[in-house]
Amino acid sequence: MIKRLATGAGVLWAAATAAYLALLLAPGDTVDILVGEGPDTPEIRAGIIAEWGLDRPAPVQYLSYLWRLLHGDLGRSYQLQRGVGEILATQVGPTAQLTLAAAGTGVLLAGAIAVVTAGRGRWWRGVAAAAELVSVSVPPFLIGIVLLSVFSFTLGWFPVSGAEGARALVLPALALGLPLAGVLGQVLRGGLERALEQPFAVTARARGLTERALVVRHALRHALIPAVTLAGWFTGTLLGGAVITEVLFGRPGLGQVAMQAVTGRDLPVVMAVVLLSAVVYVTISTLLDLAYRVIDPRIRG
Amino acid sequence: MTSTAPDLARPAAASGRAATAGRRRARGIGLPAAMGFLVVLGVAVAAPGVLAGADPLAADPLAALAPPGPGHWLGADHLGRDVLARVVHGARHSLSIGAVATALAVSAGVLLGLAAGLAPKWLDEALARAFDVLSTLPELLLALLVVAITGPGTVNVTLAIAIAQLPNYARVIRAQTFVVRHAGYVEHAVTFGRSRLAVTLGHVLPNVLGPIPVLATIGLGTAVIAGSGLSFLGMGPQPPAAEWGAMLSEARNYLRVAWWEALFPGLAITLTVVCLTVAGRRLQRRFEGRTP
Amino acid sequence: MTAPMIGHAPPALATLVAVEDLRVSFGGTEVVRGVSLSVAPGECVAVVGESGSGKSVTARTLLGLAGPGAEVRAAAFTVDGRDALAFGPGDWRRLRGRFAGLVLQDALVSLDPLRTVGAEIAEVLATHEVTPRAGRAARVLELLEAVGVPEPELRARQRPHQLSGGLRQRVLIASAIAADPGLIIADEPTTALDVTVQAQVLRLLAARKAAGTALLLISHDLAVVASIADRILVMKDGRVVEEGRAADVLAAPAHDYTRSLLAAVPSAASRGTRLTTGEPLPRPAPAPALALATATATGPGSGGEVLAGSGLVRSYGPRRVVDDVSFSLRPGETLGVVGESGSGKTTLARLALALLDPEHGAITLRGGPWTGLRERRRRPLRPRVQLVSQNPLDSFDPRHTVGRLVAEPLRLPRAERRARVLDLLRRVGLPPETAGRHPRELSGGQRQRVAIARALGPRPDVLVCDEPVSALDVSVQAQVLDLLAEVQAEYGTAMVFISHDLGVVHHVADRVLVMKDGRVVEEGEAEEVFARPRHPYTRALVAAVPRLPSRPA
Repeated sequence: MIKRLATGAGVLWAAATAAYLALLLAPGDTVDILVGEGPDTPEIRAGIIAEWGLDRPAPVQYLSYLWRLLHGDLGRSYQLQRGVGEILATQVGPTAQLTLAAAGTGVLLAGAIAVVTAGRGRWWRGVAAAAELVSVSVPPFLIGIVLLSVFSFTLGWFPVSGAEGARALVLPALALGLPLAGVLGQVLRGGLERALEQPFAVTARARGLTERALVVRHALRHALIPAVTLAGWFTGTLLGGAVITEVLFGRPGLGQVAMQAVTGRDLPVVMAVVLLSAVVYVTISTLLDLAYRVIDPRIRG
Repeated sequence: MTSTAPDLARPAAASGRAATAGRRRARGIGLPAAMGFLVVLGVAVAAPGVLAGADPLAADPLAALAPPGPGHWLGADHLGRDVLARVVHGARHSLSIGAVATALAVSAGVLLGLAAGLAPKWLDEALARAFDVLSTLPELLLALLVVAITGPGTVNVTLAIAIAQLPNYARVIRAQTFVVRHAGYVEHAVTFGRSRLAVTLGHVLPNVLGPIPVLATIGLGTAVIAGSGLSFLGMGPQPPAAEWGAMLSEARNYLRVAWWEALFPGLAITLTVVCLTVAGRRLQRRFEGRTP
Repeated sequence: MTAPMIGHAPPALATLVAVEDLRVSFGGTEVVRGVSLSVAPGECVAVVGESGSGKSVTARTLLGLAGPGAEVRAAAFTVDGRDALAFGPGDWRRLRGRFAGLVLQDALVSLDPLRTVGAEIAEVLATHEVTPRAGRAARVLELLEAVGVPEPELRARQRPHQLSGGLRQRVLIASAIAADPGLIIADEPTTALDVTVQAQVLRLLAARKAAGTALLLISHDLAVVASIADRILVMKDGRVVEEGRAADVLAAPAHDYTRSLLAAVPSAASRGTRLTTGEPLPRPAPAPALALATATATGPGSGGEVLAGSGLVRSYGPRRVVDDVSFSLRPGETLGVVGESGSGKTTLARLALALLDPEHGAITLRGGPWTGLRERRRRPLRPRVQLVSQNPLDSFDPRHTVGRLVAEPLRLPRAERRARVLDLLRRVGLPPETAGRHPRELSGGQRQRVAIARALGPRPDVLVCDEPVSALDVSVQAQVLDLLAEVQAEYGTAMVFISHDLGVVHHVADRVLVMKDGRVVEEGEAEEVFARPRHPYTRALVAAVPRLPSRPA
């Protein structure tokens, strides 16, 4: 457990360092890059040099950067003239809402489809497999566009953009959750089918268990193991997909912030978003690592 | 020691055979269709003029938002440009971003993965941690970070995707190298008195590199999606260039009036990725059939 | 499936299960082709056959578990006095576990690895509602005790991987008898077990039979069923070729196939003869190359050994896997190494091959150093010691054809190489066209022949065989053992022959090492060790070997 936390901290440190190196190695003068497209006055330049310690030797610069991060100080956006932490704090909520709703949608859909189709006839499985193939092959923004044109423009059931109320969350959550459901569904169904072919499934059937009981009591747990190991991928997909979904649906959130920062080359904000996503990733993968131990007690021994 | 009774596997093996036969029949339609589409795609990349005569950049205000019909078989976009021509010519942009990014990611990933798999333990540890850190960052965000530093454009987007996908390949190759290094046939080659170098070149490398075409085919699909995603966000080829993701980005303002402007580039991306995945899985099955 | 009228035949309560002309096919391929069998209460019926004989499918079909895609037909099929041809899924489910319990091979995979063994047993009790919820935990402990699992409270909370192979198999039996069925169907119940554990599990099954439970025992091993079966059915290619009282089938087999199966079982009696034909084997000629190279003295310790190890120690972590082992191997002789799983046999093989270096002790090859050498100096010597392993497919580069595989260890000009490969293939009884094929297209026996041909290529002084026939059917095993004996006689190759199967070792070995927990507990001439074992462990091992009743020669 302690080892797991240490690894997580190590990964975060390395991510912070990588972001810092990227900034230093970027072509052009570091001060120019940090100013970006914001107002450029000698006073602001002096402020940047002071804050980043650019007049001091490189190791000192680096250490003071890490020191600031450790204190939760993400720096300043010189374009927006505000603290980066402050900018992110106001935008975390909508993004958390969106990603959690999408994750829930994806997991529920995938689980339901897998349990219903595993062990069924070839036709059912064929349909499920085709649906999964398409849902992972369609770019996420295209799913969003299709949902928008059908349910908002044509049917008018859901608002076209914004983040007001639960109705506004439905389409973005679906757009972000469907690709997830596709991959997770494939993994779960594959896991279920493999589990149902194992000798222990024969033994369980020989005890008089129904197929449904076999799937729910035995096979599902086995199918969760490969799904959990993909957790990192899922987290990444959700965080990355959030950018596109928020832009497409005009929702406020970290994705919008990141997009504006990238377009305006507001590097302090971009670096902060990247670090934040690394923190989320490390947290989630640590939690799922614990879940893994509960699901598969064999790895404890 | 244990002796295995091959008998126990019989029922499963028998039914497995039946299932494979069924799959083969199902594949009968899927694979040729996929290969056919990929060939058409190849023509679109190499000689787009053959498939679409119109100029993808020529705007015709009179034809703006014209629905599909004679003259504009897939309709015209909001500037009156021929959608068919733009989709066909867009293949070159969209696919070359994906293909070059995949080629870069695969070659760097293979080198680093092999280095990790064959290197002394400390170096392997260090490289493995580096792969971990890179894959901590969501692909799209990592790509955005690269673009934020280097600026938008085709080359930078390609580079960004390559960097983002590199750790996937490196990790697979590293794991595969471990498996092969400890395989029975490598140990046997040692007992024949072959040198370490000969065993590495003769057995380890070829067996590690074997699955790369499979990985690259499936990875190409992912890269195409990532590339179109970045273009959709306006980071890729700049207007008026025809690129599928960028076309969709423009088209989303006209969804109410011109569904065709969004549908066809969307369909092109989806079909491309579906066909690449189908082909990749077929390759994979053939490969797995070879290695027990 | 249609239910044919069975007519006026009364549902015979004298049989638990009866099936006539059973046919099972998968995707048009018939694997069971007209089998008739019945099991009466309290009776033990054994079905014996090699892989592909359809015995497993037959057994599972009796519980409606032939598998997905199976097409089952029969002239008549009664289970528990009812017409099974008319059964729906619910009818089958009510019978499974309650009317008949199933015990499969290797409980490590036959019990759900993620659940406690107590939960697995309780599942039967819950499914058939034989014990009210409150009493289930206590009943589980009773059942574990009944099958001889010590510390049942502790074991019930453990998972299969935390138990030894023997305990796991007992738990599997406990779950099969939990609902107190009148019939146990046991499909290779002892196949993956060590011989002493196998004897315990067989005793447990015999005790159930004595208590009145009928037993349908499926096995590839005639000797295993000999002690317990009342009737034996011998299956081949989906058909029953012989059926009768156990004593009759074993003592006076009527069918050629049964006779060849019995003859193919290696044992003390088969020493020096071909298992396939019963003819005497050629005796080894002294190795000419070696006779020139070394002194003529061949006595132990006189320097005549090809391979000799002394005081070998090798650990994994804190555990000494090989602990102070010494051995010697003279030219042309076969040294058998027997022991159960975890005894250190395979580590010893890797030491002998110098794939591992010992922590203490050393091995010499023809009097010169073999372990402790720099790899650069050892490399030219390596062709002298070759390996044949249990799983040939794993030892072949999956990309290569048979010809390329056999050619790999040969140090010959390209022109001569091909001729030599064909020569080697011919020597192991494979046609020349095999050279162009891939090993995965070959049968298990053919693959092992390829492995032997490849190992013989460099004309080694020593062949290390690590369980070379353990994955093979008895008739194929017989062919491979005969081949090894022939090539040994022809080339004068010395062999280190590692096996868990005492019968096999007794058949092939001149001298034997008996290993337990990394140590050699007994060593000597094979005849002597097996006839008059001195160490208690060897005695237990020899006593546990299932035996066929002696037959008239």
